[in-house]
Amino acid sequence: MTKGGTLKIAVASGKGGTGKTFVSTNLFHTLEKKGYRVTITDCDAEAPNVMGFFNPEKDWQEEVTHQVPVIDTEKCVFCGKCYEYCEYQAIFYLPEMKIIKVMEDLCQGCGACTYACEYGAITEKAVSLGLVSGYKSAEKTRFIEARTNIGVMSPVSLIKKAISKIDPETEIAIFDAPPGTSCPFIQTAVRADFVLLVTEPTPFGLSDLRQSIETLKQLKKPCGVIVNRAGLGDKEVYSYLSQEAIPLMLEIPFSREIAAGYTSGQIVCKTMPALEDQLYSVFLKITQEYGNSNYQR
Amino acid sequence: METAIISGKGGTGKSSISAAFAILSENVVLADCDVDAANLHILFNPKIEDEKVYVAGKTAVIDYDLCTDCGLCMNYCRFDAIHGINGKIVIEEVSCDGCRLCERVCPVEAITMEENNSSRMYSGSFRGGKMVFGRLAPGEENSGKLVNMVRAKAKEMAKENKIQQIIIDGPPGIGCAVISAISGVDRVIIVTEPSLSGMHDLKRAVEIALKFNLNPWVIINKYDLNIDVTDEIEKYCHHAGLRFAGKLRFDPVMVDAMVNCKSIPEWAPYSDLSKDLKAIWEAIESKSS
Repeated sequence: MTKGGTLKIAVASGKGGTGKTFVSTNLFHTLEKKGYRVTITDCDAEAPNVMGFFNPEKDWQEEVTHQVPVIDTEKCVFCGKCYEYCEYQAIFYLPEMKIIKVMEDLCQGCGACTYACEYGAITEKAVSLGLVSGYKSAEKTRFIEARTNIGVMSPVSLIKKAISKIDPETEIAIFDAPPGTSCPFIQTAVRADFVLLVTEPTPFGLSDLRQSIETLKQLKKPCGVIVNRAGLGDKEVYSYLSQEAIPLMLEIPFSREIAAGYTSGQIVCKTMPALEDQLYSVFLKITQEYGNSNYQR
Repeated sequence: METAIISGKGGTGKSSISAAFAILSENVVLADCDVDAANLHILFNPKIEDEKVYVAGKTAVIDYDLCTDCGLCMNYCRFDAIHGINGKIVIEEVSCDGCRLCERVCPVEAITMEENNSSRMYSGSFRGGKMVFGRLAPGEENSGKLVNMVRAKAKEMAKENKIQQIIIDGPPGIGCAVISAISGVDRVIIVTEPSLSGMHDLKRAVEIALKFNLNPWVIINKYDLNIDVTDEIEKYCHHAGLRFAGKLRFDPVMVDAMVNCKSIPEWAPYSDLSKDLKAIWEAIESKSS
């Protein structure tokens, strides 16, 4: 990152439910309390849960749309070129019966059919993919949420929009990343300076962590790992991390107290100051390597 | 009978529960459709009998010997995947959706499409029957298509081996992969947990199931971690007219089973957790026929 710009940290996990949102919301709370100008962006647009922990006040919202074709059957000569150009099988075409239809759910809005049509039979209309909303609480803290409409195939354009809306004045931007290692995760990770991966010490956790780390290596993104629910499961994750020379940033022990607090929508840091100190140390470790000294308070 | 198990929120115990149901059904085709993070093969160590290449999509590649830097492709690209950097046209691989429009508009035919072919689908036998799983190579897309391929293979194996039961371990979220995992199945089970996030995601998962005309079953896992939210979820299911299948307590035996590469009924057959799982599965089975 550049000096004085926004330091962008993505909190991610290959496997779902490892405590990613637990870490992102508590890290946000910790940094807010230290007086940073901080924005948290919920990029888990299929299952956005960050706002529920803060109940901030809504500031603005923007609808994200894409352009879907509309075929004028009066002008259409049933040549089939649009059908041939569509890589998503979103055009249903039966020439002998003079039937041609757009299947909007499959359309990715690429515009190839519009380009293909030589008879001016295709126009386009905007179809909503979801909402990107901005929220605020205190003077320096901001929240952005990407939320897909039910039935929308890909959250990628919502994620891009949400991240583009981060105020340049923001010192620290935290991204709550979508799970998995496919397009939604990648579109979030490529926009971050550092990826903080949250895992649990179980065979499933490790298998998914490997997948995430391999993906981040391809993207050449620096990352570190938080082992959540330490004490459950086995020790394999630690040997994997040392073998791959990936920094272990923090271990959070399994406790029913943390689980119970989180399940009722609380910011656990508020009642466990030790966790706050630990998350702050994680943040300082990240800034020392990827930020600049301005970030220390 | 094709049963999909989904969760909306990740980490609710969907895969452990799918594994348990697979073992309880005795003869099953298990389709691991969480293709971003397939895990059931870790528990069941299947004997792989077939491997297939899955083409995850295409990515545009520019031949710079032909490219005249006219920028036409950049103007047409709607995925913001083509940029002019220092007078040179560059394709950002991670943003390319493979729609081929740039290839079609290029006046000098400088763009070709390369197949992303490092993803795989594996199938074979395991101690509970047959198993299929997809493995999306890191960073590859179109997981919905791979889910379709896994399901087609599962159906084929069920037919060949005269197996009645197909269990699909679905992906998290409610996007393309989930839509592919539930469209056309006979029943959907949603596994949730008693947290505000779990409940929020449950509602979104229910909406997607209803959109596909499926009346989902709901299981609350780790219900005793928050009795109040559990009550709220039960009430919600009741009001929404959903079929409540039952609840499972939090028990580290679930993790122990995983560490020992066993499903819960295999690892701890006499535990309360196994008994509850059996009761839930029998209830679902008896009411779906």
